[in-house]
Amino acid sequence: MSGLPSIIENWFPARNWTIHPHQREMVARADTPASLLIAPTGGGKTMAGFLPTLAELAAGGHDGLHTLYVSPLKALAADIRRNLSRPVEEMGLPIRIEDRTGDTSYSIKRRQRADPPHILLTTPESLALMISYEDAPRIFQGLQRIVADEIHALAESKRGDQLMLSLARLQTLCPDLRRVGLSATVEDPAAIARFLARHPDPCPIIQADSGPEPDIAMLDLPDPPPWSGGGGGYAIPQVLEAVHAHKTTLIFHNTRAQAEIFFHNLWLANDEGLPIGIHHGSLDRAQREKVEAAMVRGELRAIVCTGSLDLGIDWGDVDLVIQVGAPKNVKRLIQRIGRANHRYNAPSKARLVPANRFEIVECHAALQAARDHDLDGEPRGPGPLDVLCQHILIAACAAPFDADALYDEMRSAGPYAELSRDAFDACLEFCATGGYALRAYDQWQRLKQVPDGRWQLRDPRAAKLIRMNIGTIQDADLLKVRWRGRGKPLGEVEEGFAASLTAGDTFLIGGQIVRYDGLREMTVEVSRAATRKPKIATFSGTKFATSTQLSQRILTMFEAEDWPFLPDHTRHWLQLQRKVSKLPQKGRLLIESFPHDGREHACIYGFAGRNAQQTLGLLLSKRLEELGLDPLGFVSTDYATLIWGLKPLTDPAPLFDLAALEDGLDGWLAGNAVMKRTFRASATIAGLIQRNTPGQRKSGRQATFSSDILYDTLLKYDPDHLLMRITRTEAMRGLVDFDRIRDMAQRIGGRVDLLRLQRVTPLAAPLFLEAGRVPVQSSVQERMLEEEAAALMAEAGIDKI
Amino acid sequence: MNTHSFTLAGQSLMARPSGTLYWPERKLLCVSDLHLGKSVRQARRNGAQLPPYDLQDTLARLEGEINETGALTVLCLGDSFDDLMALDELPDMARLWITRLQAGRHWIWIEGNHDPGPVSLGGTHLAELNVLGLTFRHEADPEQNAEISGHFHPKARLRTRAGMVSRPCFLLDNTRLILPAFGTYTGGLRCEDAPLCDLMGPEAIAILTGARALAVPMPRGQNRSGRAASSSGR
Repeated sequence: MSGLPSIIENWFPARNWTIHPHQREMVARADTPASLLIAPTGGGKTMAGFLPTLAELAAGGHDGLHTLYVSPLKALAADIRRNLSRPVEEMGLPIRIEDRTGDTSYSIKRRQRADPPHILLTTPESLALMISYEDAPRIFQGLQRIVADEIHALAESKRGDQLMLSLARLQTLCPDLRRVGLSATVEDPAAIARFLARHPDPCPIIQADSGPEPDIAMLDLPDPPPWSGGGGGYAIPQVLEAVHAHKTTLIFHNTRAQAEIFFHNLWLANDEGLPIGIHHGSLDRAQREKVEAAMVRGELRAIVCTGSLDLGIDWGDVDLVIQVGAPKNVKRLIQRIGRANHRYNAPSKARLVPANRFEIVECHAALQAARDHDLDGEPRGPGPLDVLCQHILIAACAAPFDADALYDEMRSAGPYAELSRDAFDACLEFCATGGYALRAYDQWQRLKQVPDGRWQLRDPRAAKLIRMNIGTIQDADLLKVRWRGRGKPLGEVEEGFAASLTAGDTFLIGGQIVRYDGLREMTVEVSRAATRKPKIATFSGTKFATSTQLSQRILTMFEAEDWPFLPDHTRHWLQLQRKVSKLPQKGRLLIESFPHDGREHACIYGFAGRNAQQTLGLLLSKRLEELGLDPLGFVSTDYATLIWGLKPLTDPAPLFDLAALEDGLDGWLAGNAVMKRTFRASATIAGLIQRNTPGQRKSGRQATFSSDILYDTLLKYDPDHLLMRITRTEAMRGLVDFDRIRDMAQRIGGRVDLLRLQRVTPLAAPLFLEAGRVPVQSSVQERMLEEEAAALMAEAGIDKI
Repeated sequence: MNTHSFTLAGQSLMARPSGTLYWPERKLLCVSDLHLGKSVRQARRNGAQLPPYDLQDTLARLEGEINETGALTVLCLGDSFDDLMALDELPDMARLWITRLQAGRHWIWIEGNHDPGPVSLGGTHLAELNVLGLTFRHEADPEQNAEISGHFHPKARLRTRAGMVSRPCFLLDNTRLILPAFGTYTGGLRCEDAPLCDLMGPEAIAILTGARALAVPMPRGQNRSGRAASSSGR
């Protein structure tokens, strides 16, 4: 097919719209098995994705499902339904459009299974659930097209791997299926194309006109930012002025806690009472929807938000984006900037607010990178095996399967193109018997081979539990927050945060200060608090590490003689550093060693990002211990790690031996909390731990036990188990981020500059104010516990019992 | 000493850091809620196959306790098996191991809600047992005194300078002792929860397990006295 039916062709001019060239190209390529459209926000991306579908359905006569649209957000699916239904109605096309997400009612879902619409809008999780049904072949019969929206975002997490495995299954059911990916600007479109297409199909990339250059700059601020911290509260008067001068402003923060605190303080200063809302992932859905609706109606002048607004519908009237805190990553900055002015061919406007002194430098580096269109990103690793395990179980729920056929099908998914047969077999073995060195479940296998060689569930009733636990999003540790009594839900906090609360503690949620009353049936009960100063809200959300590329740009910036573009206070700070010590250099590693406050300090400027610097701190303090230098603790930021101890560091060479560091990693990793957290996520995805079981939450907690116990048990008795291998791989890439330490070690290649100085240097000073200090002694918890116990017993007067 | 010694109904007892109770005068080791066979029962019931090493881990730790104390009587305070079918399916390795542990000493199985029936292994099977005025039963009876029980898997949380620490614990007041669960795959019930708060008197202490047995006033959440008021001043 090459053209559009006239009924569609004529609709655009009637609305005073023209069809964009990339939209036409999508129609021309309607028969291509896979294609990827890269377009900025506001570029009519969604319409481009659906035009071929509308063209094919315009004549009528198609029975059942024709196009499946998958987006990362439930809200997006519902919104696209509204936005797509209007033109379809106006064109008078015989097309039925429905959405299906976790929020869709049971009766509608049942009806959709029996009688699917032409266009179904859904999420990766709902799709995975649908392919697990025995009647999946019937539901998807006749399916022609897949539209995967915001695929750049999906590709960043396991939700993308899950989607691609689901598409592989759909392609088996419907061999003629054509795939379209819609993506924002990314650094490596070819990688997304490989991710999307059936391996080894080609996947042409269509690039839409990227529109005019955005107007981005630093927000004009009279006062220098504080030396450390991430809140940006000092800029509130100027942020309010900017809000006042624009129609609608989005104020992005990097963490939910920072958004809450900023929002709270913004209102304290909001004398004019400008309507300002807050939106982040921890807020209750109803509350988020209220804010979204108010925004669509144009009632809000500003929204304080986090990554929860990175994606989503066209808000229309946003004319300014303010990013508080360094963006950490240029690609995300560009995508956020795109949220301002969703009209095609109008420049987006964005202002940056550095939260501390070092972030001024980082923000400038990010601005330069944005202007140079120099996007960053870490290459995506191969598809994770925990998701593969889940899909083996999903396949078993649908029907008995042949292992060879399933292996071939899974390898046709882009992320799993390199999947070895051994790895697949290990996953199958895990799903069938648990895959333990000790064979204990021969009688109670989860999957059994039937005489014809195919695999099926031993107990068909197990399908219910598997279906209840489909998905890769880890929300198991979130507790709902409600007003005491039968109050409305306010949002969610992490279980760890809730556990740290004592009755009477106050914290911020949804911009309100609330008092913690207690925990009831896994719900945090709160009441109104009259106080103005909350205990900090530490529910964290994601903490991003500064990208490699941005870190390198900062080092390049340091090479200059002077920095006329920087504010004077920052210029003087860097010049002073150059005078008393050195600025860190590319291809070398700067270490400063100095005494301070009766202790010896070493500051290591690795510029490897927060997670890697944290790991480096742990590994180096272990090495220092071995070398007898008595380290006491350390603290890390995105660019440096500060270690303190009793003796000065004089010879750095033995510290940066990569092999020795990696050896240390092995021993240290095993008992580490990061590993346990990573294990829990993978074990849940792979189906070892169930997030949801029927009626579980009310039965109290006696019956359930911590996944840490499973981790410890495996470590002790079966350390090479599949899940332990998955955990290790994940941690190395993710929270441990050893890959970046390795990169750093290779970049510096032994070029270490150790400077012995008499006192704290300008660049090291902010690290002394950094939160998150880690004590070195491993026995510290036991000692602190004894100390606390003794104090409590003395207090209670029963220490003699 | 890493243990915590106390008296209950006139008898001198020791809470051990591993979560077992030792009675030196009677050379009696008491251990509760072993939940042997838990992983197999899970696999049978919902298909999830937990690492099947809980059996050997629990038995190895129990053997360690027996060796360290030199106990001549071992008293298992109920829920020794995750269910009676788990008992039937007990692998030979575990049967032999238990038989070996039983050699040369008294062994008493008190029945619990998970294993309410006779045990096809050596040892004496009882609903409850009275020794020198102390009653051993699986689940505490609020009407009774001088009682030692298990069942609840109590655990206590404590806020320290190194962060929140949560440990399985004994609960002790003037009339009763509740043991923590000893099985490897066992969760816990917080002391703050109603059934434990209702059972234990105001003077109750929690003895935390870990490297040392550590006694603290029993945490009671909002009902706690003294602790909440004074902690703000620290």
